[in-house]
Amino acid sequence: MEILVCARRVPDTSENEIELNSAGNDIEHDELVYSINEADNYAVEEALQIVARVGGNVTVVTVGGEGDEEVLRREMAMGANHGVLITDDAFSGSDGRGIATILKAFVQKGNYDLILTGVQAEAGGAQVGGMLSALLDYPFASLVNSIEVLDGRKLKISREIEGGNKELHEIDLPCVLSIQTGINEPRYVGMRGIRAVASVPIPTFSASELALDPSVVGEAAAKVKRVDYFVPALGKGAEMLHGNREENVDRVLELVAAKGGLK
Amino acid sequence: MVGSYLLAQVTDWLASGRNLFLAIHVLGVACFAYIVARRLVPLLRAERDPRWDRPLARLSKVCKFWLGQWKHPRYKTAGTLHILIFAGFILLATRAFTVLIVGVSENFVMPGLSGEAGHIYNIITDYAATVVFLCMVVAVIRRLIFKPGRYEVPERFGKTHKADAVFLLALIAILMVADSLFAAAKAAGQSQQGQPVEFLAVLSLPWLLQVALASASLPTLGNVYFGAYLLHEITFYFLLCYRPFGIQFHVETSLFNVYFAKLERGTLKPVKWGVSDERLDQVKSFGVKTYEDFTWKHMLDFYSCADCGRCSDNCPANAVGRPLSPRFIGIKARDYAYQHYPMFGRSGNGKALIGNIYSEDEIWSCTTCGACEEECPLLVEYIDKIVDLRRGMVDDGNVPQSLQKPLKALESRGNPYGKMEKKRADWANAKEFQQVCPVKTVGKGDSADLLYFVDSITSYDDRMQSIGRTTARILDHLGENFGILGAAEKDSGHEVRRFGEETLFAALRDHNAGAIKASGAKRIVTADPHAFNALKHDYKDIPPVQHISQVIASEVKAGKIKFNALENKTNVYTYHDPCYLGRHNQVYDDPRDVLDAIPGLKRVEMTRSKDRSFCCGGGGLMLFYEPKEEERMGVKRVQMAVNAGANVIVTACPFCMVNIEDAIKVAGLEGKMSAIDLAELVDQQIAREEPQAA
Repeated sequence: MEILVCARRVPDTSENEIELNSAGNDIEHDELVYSINEADNYAVEEALQIVARVGGNVTVVTVGGEGDEEVLRREMAMGANHGVLITDDAFSGSDGRGIATILKAFVQKGNYDLILTGVQAEAGGAQVGGMLSALLDYPFASLVNSIEVLDGRKLKISREIEGGNKELHEIDLPCVLSIQTGINEPRYVGMRGIRAVASVPIPTFSASELALDPSVVGEAAAKVKRVDYFVPALGKGAEMLHGNREENVDRVLELVAAKGGLK
Repeated sequence: MVGSYLLAQVTDWLASGRNLFLAIHVLGVACFAYIVARRLVPLLRAERDPRWDRPLARLSKVCKFWLGQWKHPRYKTAGTLHILIFAGFILLATRAFTVLIVGVSENFVMPGLSGEAGHIYNIITDYAATVVFLCMVVAVIRRLIFKPGRYEVPERFGKTHKADAVFLLALIAILMVADSLFAAAKAAGQSQQGQPVEFLAVLSLPWLLQVALASASLPTLGNVYFGAYLLHEITFYFLLCYRPFGIQFHVETSLFNVYFAKLERGTLKPVKWGVSDERLDQVKSFGVKTYEDFTWKHMLDFYSCADCGRCSDNCPANAVGRPLSPRFIGIKARDYAYQHYPMFGRSGNGKALIGNIYSEDEIWSCTTCGACEEECPLLVEYIDKIVDLRRGMVDDGNVPQSLQKPLKALESRGNPYGKMEKKRADWANAKEFQQVCPVKTVGKGDSADLLYFVDSITSYDDRMQSIGRTTARILDHLGENFGILGAAEKDSGHEVRRFGEETLFAALRDHNAGAIKASGAKRIVTADPHAFNALKHDYKDIPPVQHISQVIASEVKAGKIKFNALENKTNVYTYHDPCYLGRHNQVYDDPRDVLDAIPGLKRVEMTRSKDRSFCCGGGGLMLFYEPKEEERMGVKRVQMAVNAGANVIVTACPFCMVNIEDAIKVAGLEGKMSAIDLAELVDQQIAREEPQAA
């Protein structure tokens, strides 16, 4: 099975202190450290596990700049066969639809049976997977938390439903799935693995190589624009319990029950 | 005439069996040689492990731990029994060989043991055989009736080893009886014929048997003599050839295991011996994944394990119900080796150890506290094996999710919390603190003689920053020209290395070593035993490093630190030895000396202290690991302090502080028990003004 995973590099929320820039419309990017978007990492791990069961190749693609090679290398160190960087000045400022348009052009150059995305980027709007499938006219399922390959170009997938329930689907290939974190346990990649793939060339594609009309992507074509970025004012603080242990336990049970947490 | 005929008879009693005896000798030796050769096969396929250096240091280990049985008295009953048996075996070795040779050359006397010396030797060994025999009786009774808990085999590790243990003990008892019977029958025969009788030690086993045989007829005695010889010979060779299949192989391997034992505490073996750090990237596979990835010495460890259970009896992970029992790290590997390297036929190819004989959780459960190694009478190494197995898992990407985030943060930010580098010195730079105790950040124009290596937890953890500040205040009080690396410091990488991430460790080490050298400092001090151990043993070519407790102790001795008397005289203090200060670096007395120098401080010892200290739960990355356990190690430790009658636990490690303070809360002892770091206590009690003359 040929699997394409669309990945994105994001500022690592657990390793950064996010601050607003002076203009107040974006975060301060100096001193940030980046990593692969967490859900995308689960998608790559899932692709690797599928390929380990049924054979095939995993390609990881990202739309971005030179700095984004870092995440491609990390995913290649995990075991992805290819990393591809789609980069062009014309792409900057693309909205979700723009990114989906770029990815669609790349997908059409290849022959992929299955396209995976993370369920959403940590700084994104969970748009690209759905839009990409629509642009490709492929079936789509979101919030996927298990994948089983069936005979006859079909997958059996399960999706997480509000409240922790699951529903099972069969879906035809080729398709696009957005992957929920927790679908698997991604393997660890250390410096050693990354060094081992440090000199593997990463092919790049520009707008012209993908035969993309620059007017349909980038800032000019974006129909969704960010106008502000702010940290919401803090709400009422936590309630501290000041009794002894037994009293506190009783009070906690009361509070949880009052909020509907205990039935 | 009659006498000489009979004399010939006594010495000829064995003559008719000479060919049989010789055949058994040849067969026994050949079988043993074959078995040992087969047992050596995996060792020849193992990883290299250069242990041929420093023969004098190794011989002194042999004298202390093998010949001197140094570790044995730590378990009084079993230890005493073992010392007696071991001494008996050493004494009896010559006698046993003499007896064996007598079967084919009846007049053989071991050189040096003719005449008076021989008689004395015989008396000594009569008693030795008796003592060994009695020890076997006691040992069998212990195994069958008293059943010490540490011999039990938990269900998940298979069946009990009791039958094998008792069988081997019985064989030794039979050997002693045969040996004694042989001497008794000969003496009885000589006595009946009025010949000079070899004097048998009074009340010894041979003496008793001689008394019993006194009235037996000469032909009966002849048969007994012949039979005893045969029994002795067969038992001897059976034991020799059976031991390499069971728990007694250590009789043969222990001498080698102790001679080749690790010489340096606190160190870890490199990923591959003989491969420099620069060439490490070219090594195809890291760590132990299959049995053959172990070094030959580690395989010898597996053979040498006597199944005594002392390691697991002291293992904190085992004590709290984690899946790890160090004893079975060895036993399972030995079983694997016996199964895959059989006596006949082809040896099996390397199967992955993780998932087959070890579980991942088992290997991650170890805090590397070193209690197992401290206890092992045979100096078996565990930490290096655990770390090598972890290296293998890390290399395969097989790392618990809970550890992946801190490892990634260590890679990108140099600390496991993912905090910003520029905030690393915030604890020292707070204005109020800088006014009382200015702390320089070296490197940017500033230099210092003494570098205080803070490490991650003390730099970033709100609670542990107090250890940083009090350490700085103590150094300030001593008038030291000291500084910190600030943002240029990264995690020492101590646990990164012990969790098997060697490449990341090397990057952290190289960064820190560069920053330390650039600082121009002549000495390093740290209040974190993990950093202390890393800088001391894992780093190379950096200035000498001391733990703050060592600095304080020597300044107390020199009279440069004086203490005010404690205000609260009702508190009872106990000192908890951090593993990487105590066991791994042998700093036991300095912190105690400091505490005892504080006027009015009442101190008690916990039963498990110094080299038997009980790990509080582990440091560094272990704080992020989510173990499967029934209880926290820290809770057990706090309970031990309660049992000792203490209400203040003093420690000298920020990780101990995390674990013990948490445990006090979990145990519901808040308000009744508290914990304080040695540096905090010293800073609180230090007499900053000269005490006024009374």
